[in-house]
Amino acid sequence: MPRYFTEDHEWIDVEGEMGTVGITDYAQSQLGDITFVELPEKGDQLKKGDAPCVVDSVKAASDVYSPVTGEVIEVNGDLDEQPELVNSDAEDGGWFFKIRLANPDELSGLMDADKYSSFVDGL
Amino acid sequence: MSIEANEDTTEDTIEVQPLPLDAWHREQGAQMVEFAGYHMPIQYEGIIAEHLWTREHAGLFDVSHMGQLLLSGPDLDAAVEAILPIDLSTLKLGSQRYSLLLDKNGGVLDDLMVSRWPNDLYLVVNGATKWDDIAYLREHLPDEITLNHLEDRALLALQGPEAYAALARHAKGEYDLGSLKFMKFGRFTLAGHDVTIARAGYTGEDGFEISLSADAAEEISNLLCGEPEVKPIGLGARDSLRLEAGLPLYGHDLSPETSPIAADLVFGINKRRRAEGGFHGASRVQSELADGTQTKRVGLALDGRRAAREGDAIMAGDTQVGMVTSGGFAPSLGHPIAMGYVALQHAETGTELEIDVRGKRLSAKVVQMPFVPNRYFR
Repeated sequence: MPRYFTEDHEWIDVEGEMGTVGITDYAQSQLGDITFVELPEKGDQLKKGDAPCVVDSVKAASDVYSPVTGEVIEVNGDLDEQPELVNSDAEDGGWFFKIRLANPDELSGLMDADKYSSFVDGL
Repeated sequence: MSIEANEDTTEDTIEVQPLPLDAWHREQGAQMVEFAGYHMPIQYEGIIAEHLWTREHAGLFDVSHMGQLLLSGPDLDAAVEAILPIDLSTLKLGSQRYSLLLDKNGGVLDDLMVSRWPNDLYLVVNGATKWDDIAYLREHLPDEITLNHLEDRALLALQGPEAYAALARHAKGEYDLGSLKFMKFGRFTLAGHDVTIARAGYTGEDGFEISLSADAAEEISNLLCGEPEVKPIGLGARDSLRLEAGLPLYGHDLSPETSPIAADLVFGINKRRRAEGGFHGASRVQSELADGTQTKRVGLALDGRRAAREGDAIMAGDTQVGMVTSGGFAPSLGHPIAMGYVALQHAETGTELEIDVRGKRLSAKVVQMPFVPNRYFR
């Protein structure tokens, strides 16, 4: 399934009208040890650019933005007990929430893996 | 994702300077950040791992950004006592003491360590404030007093329950390192280099601060990190360790707006000086000692995992009763803690309060500090 990236270091895997959202491995490495993740609730209506999640690391709190507009279908309950999953497995087991895309056209503004990789190299 | 910077940045656009161990930190895999006008290591393998390693074994911290000052000249004690609230008549050779640099209104300009050397007083001041401190001291000390900023020296802190074992293998001196008690210092050699070792630190653990020539810093760091107990530790863990130890950090928990009485730092104003005055800020200190203050620095333990941060409002019902000045996850405790100032009527241990963290209310309870019992070698 295709994976897209934002300039704010979120990723979204898209399958049909469903997306799975998390933060990139680069993002977790910048944050350091993650101690708490605040997640949205199932049923929340998000707009692209909303900040439904907060990631607390030992040093700071950071907002995570929704890359797309849509409804939250599921959240990753494992992060309640194991927020460190975001450090160890940011781009797979450390996913944040699943969303039903209201407007798939929004994806065209996002980067693919190669573009994101170049983007990070330029930081 | 937005990363909120949680680091001090120097306001003046001074060119960032490399410290003596800059290259060494990078070789050790450090993530470097800008702090106090220098590039400094924030972490190597991760803050939590480094924090726990220090509590269990020994960590080597590079604190060379701090200012090492040597004061000398005629009637030195009287000249220094005219500024600092320290009683130098009871500071013996080989001892050091915590003191405060107050302005004339009694606001805290810095906290510092003062040590009695044979002919001088040796001061260690904060890195972010050292240039202001030097200017302030030069302005207020008599011309006969020489202030020598020891810019060719590095400062290392070796902290943790196994720090003594690691350092004792190498420290050679006129007497045994083991006879050095908390807040005492002596001259030793390490791998042939003359160093000054004080039994002190900023983690709540037993430990040492080693002042040495900048030229020897890399060799000594390699020597100490070659010991099985020792790993290099970054500024991130230094901050979480000092927070657990209940120690205030200048620029966060202390500022020119802070009263040392409200900050609970009366011990930094020695007894004779409280009675006699005659130091900068004495009138305010004496009136606050007599009448009390409106607020007090307290420790706060939070439920759950979400941390409160500097600047968050401390609430009692709908009323703001204080503000967090330091806060974060406490790796040794497994929950978040914070330090802040609250109105006196809410400062009692056990008081239930709330902290407003980005619009969310978190429960917090006033607790005794240190959060983690200290293990100084007395």
